[in-house]
Amino acid sequence: MIVRRKKMTLWERLYLPAIIGGFAVSIKHFFRKKITMRYPEEKWTLPAGYRGIPYLVKDQHGRVKCVSCQLCEFICPPKAIKITPPGPVDNPELGVVEKQPLEFELNMTRCIFCGYCEEVCPEEAIFLMDDYSLCKHSREEMILNKEKLLELGGIREDRLMKWKNKHNPLRS
Amino acid sequence: MTEKKMSNEKKVQAKEEVPVITFKVDGQTVSAPKTLPHPVTGKPEPITIIQACDYVGIRIPRLCYHPKLPVAGNCRMCLIEYGMPVLDQNRKPVLNPDGSPKIRKMPRQAIACVTTVTPGMEVYTKTEGVTRSRKAVLEFLALSHPLDCPICDKAGECMFQEYVHQYGQDTSYCFEPKLEKPKKKAISSKIVLDNERCILCTRCVRFTEDIAKVPALGILNRGAHNTIATYPGTDFEHNYTLNTVDICPVGALTSRDFRFQMRTWFLSETPSICPNCATGCNIFIHSRNAQIYRLTPRENDEVNSSWMCDSGRLNYKWVNDPRRLLNVLWEEAGNRVEIDWEKALQKISATLKASPKGSTAILVSARQSTEEIFLASRLAKLLEAQTDSSARIGEGDAFLLNADMNPNSKAIEIFGLVAATPGESIPKIAQAIEAGSIRNLITIGENPVEMGIEAGVLSRLDLFVVCDILGNKSTLEAQALLPGASFAEKQGTFINAKGRVQRFGKAFNPLGDSRPEYWILSSILSALTDQPWPETPEKIFNLMAAEVPAFKGMTWNELGTSGMNLLSTTNPTEK
Repeated sequence: MIVRRKKMTLWERLYLPAIIGGFAVSIKHFFRKKITMRYPEEKWTLPAGYRGIPYLVKDQHGRVKCVSCQLCEFICPPKAIKITPPGPVDNPELGVVEKQPLEFELNMTRCIFCGYCEEVCPEEAIFLMDDYSLCKHSREEMILNKEKLLELGGIREDRLMKWKNKHNPLRS
Repeated sequence: MTEKKMSNEKKVQAKEEVPVITFKVDGQTVSAPKTLPHPVTGKPEPITIIQACDYVGIRIPRLCYHPKLPVAGNCRMCLIEYGMPVLDQNRKPVLNPDGSPKIRKMPRQAIACVTTVTPGMEVYTKTEGVTRSRKAVLEFLALSHPLDCPICDKAGECMFQEYVHQYGQDTSYCFEPKLEKPKKKAISSKIVLDNERCILCTRCVRFTEDIAKVPALGILNRGAHNTIATYPGTDFEHNYTLNTVDICPVGALTSRDFRFQMRTWFLSETPSICPNCATGCNIFIHSRNAQIYRLTPRENDEVNSSWMCDSGRLNYKWVNDPRRLLNVLWEEAGNRVEIDWEKALQKISATLKASPKGSTAILVSARQSTEEIFLASRLAKLLEAQTDSSARIGEGDAFLLNADMNPNSKAIEIFGLVAATPGESIPKIAQAIEAGSIRNLITIGENPVEMGIEAGVLSRLDLFVVCDILGNKSTLEAQALLPGASFAEKQGTFINAKGRVQRFGKAFNPLGDSRPEYWILSSILSALTDQPWPETPEKIFNLMAAEVPAFKGMTWNELGTSGMNLLSTTNPTEK
């Protein structure tokens, strides 16, 4: 197909008016409010409900909230979560909690930030937090383990504290 | 247990029953056998509403009722309404103006598991009253039931959880705190009991008393403090305890072996056959990502009903053992090198082809599938080889466990791979090796060192092929070490002690570089005879069924999941 070039008018052929028009646009922007931000020195305040990287949280008493029910592993569309259940090992350090994950691996090369894990979690143990910058040197570093997830997740107030009212599980 | 399975089982039971009873369920006229055998005594008993509804495929919710156990009638989950035909003074049915028999609804609901069906009865399972009583029953049962399904091991296969979703209500009228009962109580070395989750259906009590016949469990204390416990002074230790975990409708009884290992919804079930004794119990392999997590019994009334023994159930760890043989190894000049299958099989068949007839011995284990044993027998025939197989005798019992620990001794017998007593020809083979008349030895799943051929004698062989799953003394001596596949990694059939041919399925692909033995044997046979032999268990079985009279009339597809009996088990041997 041949595209015919439109013949320019005299005004267009004069060249200078277009240049001046261009400068005018640039100069107008010098006096406007700036819309860019000096990232990473400055950062966005994120809206509530922003879906960042999922982290595991502890309650105000420092107890790991995850009970290793593996519902997030089940629901995760890209299969980013891999949980190793504890097995029948009685660990007195776990206190009254019957079950905790032995390992919780979150593969951030797979995660699509859909938030299903947070939604499905019956224990309110995993939250998509405000963290969005994820730059690592290798793929291995992109796999976050339980320790790291808990460290990054920090503490989140538990309103119910249902485990506090539970007595020793070995009661008889 | 699904509805379909349940109704199938009833149909099998009802085959010989001629008298039929006709009644109505939810306005639909249905008929069922008049009597069914009692699950323990086997005596015919009048059919109950729940049995009849199962028979016609209408599911009434139940918790304490189990088709294989005596009825207790304590959970009240199966409450239904029913009506009976009205009779006049002469005991003739009173008719409605339209000519249909007049029905009078019974004033109170009844439990379907003990109420027997009478002719002309009308059962209502969908009325508002039934729906309300189901809700109420579930609410009562949940009064002290912890709501920690995310932790509970039964979640996903819990009948109580399913019913609460299906028939229950989302809130409770009860605001008092839940009762606290003992948790994590070890009632046996294999079972952990959570008393809070227990709904006291007594299925486990009835199983131990009536099926396992070792009464050990009972209900202690009164009222709200009821708990399942072992009788003082008795322990709950026998070989069938873990069946109580299967039949527990809630997560009260949990297997210590499986507890918290994996959530049930991740596990895929593969129908299979237990390879641990000659009974051939039908099982499901529960696996995820090429790892077995547990074995559970699969219903087959001809073999194991709904049960299996603990020793068989827990003997699966060897499949995922880290010491599994996973590479093809070839020994040359004292060095073991990894080679690929093609090369190894080429070398083996070249040696076998070059050596004179009768200079080979083949040892086949009775743990191999029938197809493999068939191919081994054909290989032995071709090479005019001496054969043997070892017996593994353990301790049997009167219920399911057979003293013969080989799952497929019958096939070895049918194909005549052993003399009168297994292991009889071993000294002869050892002598022949020493004398130099036997120069090749092929063992499949067998350990010749343990059978009585010394390692020093084995080193005199020209070719010593060992095909096994786990390492042993013989695999150390092997010139060619071929890694085989376990029962979970291949398809095949086992023939149990009573002569029932049963198919087992493949749960996952063979680990590492291991291959099913039938493929190895078929490849060697193809190379030796210069013609293709079937390479899938289905084709091998169908070939075998066409050639061997004992399997006459059978095909792989017809075996299905429940198996078929050999036509004559008295003298089915060939040769």
